[in-house]
Amino acid sequence: MATNNLGKWYAPQECVVIAGEAGNSMFVVLSGTLEVLGGEPGNEQRIGTLTEGDIFGEMALFEKERRSATVRALDEAFVLTLDKRTLLRRIKEDPLVALNLIETLCRRTRKLNGELAQLRAAQQA
Amino acid sequence: MLHILDRKKQLASRLMKGRGDKESSKQLTNGSRIAVIGGGPAGSFFSYFLLRMAEKVDLKVEIDIYEPRRFDAFGPGGCNHCGGIVSESLVQILAMDGIHLPRDVVQRGIEAYVLHTDDGQVRIETPVHEKRIAAVYRGGGPRGTSGADWRSFDQYLLDQAVEKGAQVRHRLVTDMVWKDGQPFLLCNDGDGGSYDLMVVATGVNNRLLDRFEAMGCGYERPKTTTAFVSEFHYGKELLNETLGDAMHVFLLDIPRLEFAALIPKSTYATMCLLGEDIDNELVNTFLNSPEVRKCFPEDARISTNACHGFPRINIGGASQPFADRVVFIGDSGVTRLYKDGIGAAYRTGKAAAIAAVLGGVSAEDFRRHYLPACSKISRDNAIGKLALIANDFSRDKGLIRRTMLRMTANEQQTPGVNRHMSSILWDLFTGSAPYRDIMFRMLSPSFIASLMWNLLCVMFSFGREPVEVKQEYGN
Repeated sequence: MATNNLGKWYAPQECVVIAGEAGNSMFVVLSGTLEVLGGEPGNEQRIGTLTEGDIFGEMALFEKERRSATVRALDEAFVLTLDKRTLLRRIKEDPLVALNLIETLCRRTRKLNGELAQLRAAQQA
Repeated sequence: MLHILDRKKQLASRLMKGRGDKESSKQLTNGSRIAVIGGGPAGSFFSYFLLRMAEKVDLKVEIDIYEPRRFDAFGPGGCNHCGGIVSESLVQILAMDGIHLPRDVVQRGIEAYVLHTDDGQVRIETPVHEKRIAAVYRGGGPRGTSGADWRSFDQYLLDQAVEKGAQVRHRLVTDMVWKDGQPFLLCNDGDGGSYDLMVVATGVNNRLLDRFEAMGCGYERPKTTTAFVSEFHYGKELLNETLGDAMHVFLLDIPRLEFAALIPKSTYATMCLLGEDIDNELVNTFLNSPEVRKCFPEDARISTNACHGFPRINIGGASQPFADRVVFIGDSGVTRLYKDGIGAAYRTGKAAAIAAVLGGVSAEDFRRHYLPACSKISRDNAIGKLALIANDFSRDKGLIRRTMLRMTANEQQTPGVNRHMSSILWDLFTGSAPYRDIMFRMLSPSFIASLMWNLLCVMFSFGREPVEVKQEYGN
């Protein structure tokens, strides 16, 4: 294993977070590809993929709900864990960090809106 | 009720008026020119975040970064005389900001700290068992290196600023004068110009700071002390065997020595000594101590003939690090005591950028929007001095030192146990948490109770002794 990697190494098929678990951190993908699995246990469906630079698990920063989806490595991946405490401390004194998070959430909402519109259009057709 | 509403309206109106007055005179507007003196992390962070903020509010400004050095040069030419540690919290925050340190910039991911004392050593693992501390070269690398497959950290950050639109001018700024109420820079080759804002992001030894002190704007550079930084060549395999992916810190009973660290990089290890006016005598005493010799191969001749230097480092903050159209960031402003200088460069650089874009560039704007960030670091440094006094006390007293080692070793070897001492030492060494947080934890009843229990165990030799920590740091 190279010594100049940051983050934690995940083997293919290894889970970073599991739906239903309690969480108090978010994550940044440093390298590799991961899949996001949603749905009932035993009948999970891939609802998205994550690649370098993507963040996930940010909902744990704002609410005490359990993880809403499972994230699993598709190939070898390095993922950096971001502590809730460190982030909240920074957000308190740095509005840009909060702005970045809001931007990410906006992008995600826009994508979901697009998907919802497509689904409705398909249903109506 | 009506009376209160009226008062609120009046207050809001007065505030808006006051803000409006300033906005008309000293605000960055489209076409404003900004000079950043110094292209180290503080200058690059400032430029990067200012351009990012400006983009968000549709503001078009020009930034010239004046930096005579080339950070990709090997040896002293590109060196910034620094241990080169990007702290755990900064790695996380940079990732949030979209700055992911590439592998060729990270010389080594640090996964543990090994604490060496006169009574033994203990390994402290990262709290989340993940590499979140980056060892980097600020410049191109040590003298004598060639064909390296790594990149300078400072050059990487400078490239990020350039990518956002900043321009780098490899010129030495020699003087600054006021022309028509604006700062005018003069370079050694006759180049220069007038700017709407001048950002001083130099090291604390820069001669230009004499000029600013003499200008009577209230600026006074931070107090400094001498440190020691040296590179030792190990080779990749030997480095993995002897130091591994752990940073080695030394709390030895050597007068005037506050803290020492050996930081593994790619094929070299960087040694940093911090304390009270470090000199050759102290360096030699340290290098010849048995605990330090254990970190080198048995037959190695440890000498300081390699790339080394005695840089001056900040041990305080500047007074009034701003004036009309001038702001001092990073080392020339304020930095964290002994730790996380790159983190302080990030915080002051970003705070100044936000102040300039969202507030303005007058002294009053910086007082309102930038000074709080500096004051927070200064206040934390004051608390840090108390934490370091406690640390010195434990270093000097054998009983306390053994208690600290015992408590840490037990915490490290017992899964699920509350890691009081480990987390305090981890944050103290890594600079990951403010000194204020560390101090609070040191004063918590559970920590004190655990410390007392371990003290009794050491005094009366009872309780389970921790397994001896062996010198097996490799992967």
